[in-house]
Amino acid sequence: MPDFLLEIGCEEIPARMIDAAETDLGVRVAKLLLEQGLLPTKAIVPTMSTPRRLTVWANGIFSAQLDVTERLTGPSVTVAYKDGQPTPAAHAFAKKAGVDVSRLETVSTAKGEYLAAKVTRKGRRASEILAETLPKELSSIYWPKSMYWRKPHERFVRPVRWLVAMLDEETIPLEFDGIWAGKTSHGHRMLFDGDVAIPRAGSAYVDALRAAKVLGRGEREQQIRKALDAATRRIPGARWREDRSLLDTVVNLTEFPSVILGDFDPRFLALPEEVLVTVMRDHQKYFAVDDADGKLLAHFLAVLNTDGDREGLIRHGNERVLRARFSDARFFWETDQKRSLLERLELLRHVTFQKDLGNYYEKTRRVQRLCSWLSEIIKQSGMAVRAGVVHKAACLAKTDLTTELVKEFTELQGIVGGLYARVQELDSTLPEATRFAIADAIYDHYKPESTEDGVPRSMEASVLSIGDKADTIAGMFSLGLVPSGSKDPFALRRQANGIVKVIAERKLPLRLGDLMRDARAGYQGSDAEKKFVDEVKFSESVTTFFRERVEFYLKDVRGHAYDVVKAVLAADADDVVDALARAEAVKQVLHMPEFLAIGAACKRMRNILRQAEEKGIASGVTFHALPDSAPEEKNLAGYIDVNGPRVEALRKKKEYGDALMLLATAREPVDAFFDKVMVMVEDEKVRANRLALLRTLLKEFSTIADFSEIVTEGKA
Amino acid sequence: MSPSKPKSLTFQELILRLQAFWAARGCVLQQPYDVEVGAGTMAPETFLRVLGPKPYKVAYVQPSRRPADGRYGENPNRLFKHMQLQVILKPPPENVQALYLESLGAIGIDLRQHDIKFEEDNWEAPTLSAWGVGWQVMLDGLEVTQFTYFQQCGGLDLFPISVELTYGLERIAAFLQDVDSIYDIVWARDPVTGHEVKYGDVRLADELQFSVYNFEVADVKKAWKHFELYEAECEELLEQYGALGDQNPRLVSQGKGKTGTDQLESARTKSRFPLLPAYDLCLKCSHLFNILDARGAISVTERVGVIARVRALAVGIAKAWVDQQKSEAAAEKSDEPEPAREKRAVKEKLSPVGS
Repeated sequence: MPDFLLEIGCEEIPARMIDAAETDLGVRVAKLLLEQGLLPTKAIVPTMSTPRRLTVWANGIFSAQLDVTERLTGPSVTVAYKDGQPTPAAHAFAKKAGVDVSRLETVSTAKGEYLAAKVTRKGRRASEILAETLPKELSSIYWPKSMYWRKPHERFVRPVRWLVAMLDEETIPLEFDGIWAGKTSHGHRMLFDGDVAIPRAGSAYVDALRAAKVLGRGEREQQIRKALDAATRRIPGARWREDRSLLDTVVNLTEFPSVILGDFDPRFLALPEEVLVTVMRDHQKYFAVDDADGKLLAHFLAVLNTDGDREGLIRHGNERVLRARFSDARFFWETDQKRSLLERLELLRHVTFQKDLGNYYEKTRRVQRLCSWLSEIIKQSGMAVRAGVVHKAACLAKTDLTTELVKEFTELQGIVGGLYARVQELDSTLPEATRFAIADAIYDHYKPESTEDGVPRSMEASVLSIGDKADTIAGMFSLGLVPSGSKDPFALRRQANGIVKVIAERKLPLRLGDLMRDARAGYQGSDAEKKFVDEVKFSESVTTFFRERVEFYLKDVRGHAYDVVKAVLAADADDVVDALARAEAVKQVLHMPEFLAIGAACKRMRNILRQAEEKGIASGVTFHALPDSAPEEKNLAGYIDVNGPRVEALRKKKEYGDALMLLATAREPVDAFFDKVMVMVEDEKVRANRLALLRTLLKEFSTIADFSEIVTEGKA
Repeated sequence: MSPSKPKSLTFQELILRLQAFWAARGCVLQQPYDVEVGAGTMAPETFLRVLGPKPYKVAYVQPSRRPADGRYGENPNRLFKHMQLQVILKPPPENVQALYLESLGAIGIDLRQHDIKFEEDNWEAPTLSAWGVGWQVMLDGLEVTQFTYFQQCGGLDLFPISVELTYGLERIAAFLQDVDSIYDIVWARDPVTGHEVKYGDVRLADELQFSVYNFEVADVKKAWKHFELYEAECEELLEQYGALGDQNPRLVSQGKGKTGTDQLESARTKSRFPLLPAYDLCLKCSHLFNILDARGAISVTERVGVIARVRALAVGIAKAWVDQQKSEAAAEKSDEPEPAREKRAVKEKLSPVGS
């Protein structure tokens, strides 16, 4: 039972890709070993990664596949022998099976006597199988962006420079992208000289690398955390600012990490914290340091890919770079103040929004109009929103795109506008509170930028956030630029997710269909309109798109079951708040036996109605009691007459829980109906009447959720 | 640490050291290209040499002009015209990263005392329809070099590919000399008197004057006119070259019915065709576009369109250039069969690259 080891040595793999690739490699190799019969059971194989290598190993695999003996069946005996002599058919079979004709056997089957041969296939050696099958797995590792360097069809994330592939002490004769596997790895670029000989597969590998100053991911993270703590302790009361994604990045940029604490001129603290932290985090990959109250201190922590900074040169260099970056930011900040945001509004005419949709000035005007309309709707529903604040914020929201600071740090768009709006007294007639509300709405209007990101802090910012995104989506969809698969260059999905989330969490009375229609109307009379697809096509594509987004929100963000979400959205997917409320209500009743029965009944009704329609069988519009109507039929009709309006009343009040509880009482009359009454009878009149009854009933049931979508298998 | 530490390299010594380093590794030392370019990549020594199958190694300093980046000489970190040391290795040697790190040693950087990281940075130049993948090389948090494996240039898949190393000379010099402003970099030091000439002494005036010109004074109408004239001439040349191809079927396909002499004649006509001057015209357009852009004279709707116009020229020249190289190769070998290896190279180049 030898140990297996594979290391792919590569030039620096992009930090953002390493974790996924390591997992991918592990899954692929485990699957391969299992499929090839080299692992006894499904197992997770250990993996390791650094910027310069992906490694996988499996201890105690089979050194060879087991021999397999099987019986091959050949031609029938009547064909195989003529006058007691083997025919060419028999010879051909013997040849195929690799045995002499004399050793062929006969077997009896239901169809008669047949020739058979026992064949033993020798299990192949692990080394041979791995050499043959691993290259394909390696070339199948998924990379968001790959390259070629030697031959166009050989693609990997960066050039592969060495391979280690071993079974115990033996090399596996494996070739990948022109590199033959050996037993030689490489240590840390700067901290270790020369090659690293791997004595054997197994734990010796990790030990050999550690000696060559290369640590695994877990160890590196631990070492970085410890070093960050230690460096921060030198400033009493200070804490480093936890940042998961930054930590993941620096872990994957190092093979042997250490940390230095650097300082910057405290005068830079006059710049907004957002700017300072962005420079440190996004541009320099430094951790920020806070005091005990969470206030930013004039220090930073840099993670190095080396074991220390004895001469202080590295610290000195990093401080120099940060000083230049901060000076730039301060220069931009000061330059930007020479023109107020109000003056910048005109400049937006020169900033393209999208090549066919015109410039940001035009967008600003559209968003303002749309936001006024949204504010009005929200107000009418009795919610508080300061329409004036929304209007002014919408006017200035995009002006920061013309600032030097945003040109340099695009990730600060919105935030910079908000900060500038605060420091510039844009309208001295307004009370300070109003001015700040405008500034904060600008600051927040890109939120939420991801599923995890929170919604804007104020109602005004929420309206602006929705209006801005709706305008973009409506414009793009009108041009037919619909996201498909991995293609979503304008991040429309993210923006639509944002709209859904803000509507849901602020419980806004906005219907998606209306929103998109209003947003599209904003383009009326513009040049862009000439390139628009027609209303129907727009409405279809945008409805499908938002339905998926609402589905995503209910399922992935709110955790509702797939079938519940489908059932709820089948009734209506336009009103997010309502869909959410219905999903909550359905979830509450789903476990009740009544609803499993009702779900089954709904499926049945739907099938009957569909078949009737397919066959062109006429249905009545409403049910009328006929002289020969069955009692169960009349009973059910009576039930609907009494309870239909009651359910409807509850539904109107959005008391979905109560409405569903009432619907649950339908189980008895429905079951009785199906037990006793046949719908598709010969008598046309009776049949049409019964179909009408089913239609009415199904409609009643489906206003909250389409219960025929509920998965009942295993629950009933 | 004083700005004029006697031991740190001057700006010109830095350039000399890097040039000597790459010359010793077989590079042709080219001189800066004498038409305005926005980056060393645009010089023909990169843009054209990376096309086609011929191996090549070259290093050169390239002053790179980016009108919109001008700051009137007031910003200590930003320049209208900065200098790059550009190295092209085609095909990339296997130890290219080690070679690069060694070059840092050659300019006095003891890597054992510093922190070096290769961080993902993929390069793309839409006006050249060119892109590659690679890294920004970070030295103590400072980006000192762009390290790129070219994948496509002029819209063509490359085979073999080239590696491009672009050293940011001002940054590296400021780092070595430990100065906070580019203008304080010591450019030259008189070995006898010790007299120092600073970067500011050499370059401040043109930073200021070109900023004034690019942002305030450049005559928009005339610049447009220049652009259109250069563009028109470049297009004409490309058309003429295209017409040559039409009359004379590709030599590589060994046109039937043509005599060997005809083919040779056609190859000669092609190889003397002025594609290199056509590329200069394209570079002129690119630079004029940058001036117009800095001047704020390119409207929203125009911008994308103008970039596409420059790109069309670059792509056209790249295609023609590859064709010209092929006919030259064919003319040289018109009497003897093509070596099998070259044939294979051509075939692989034409085969689609799997994604």
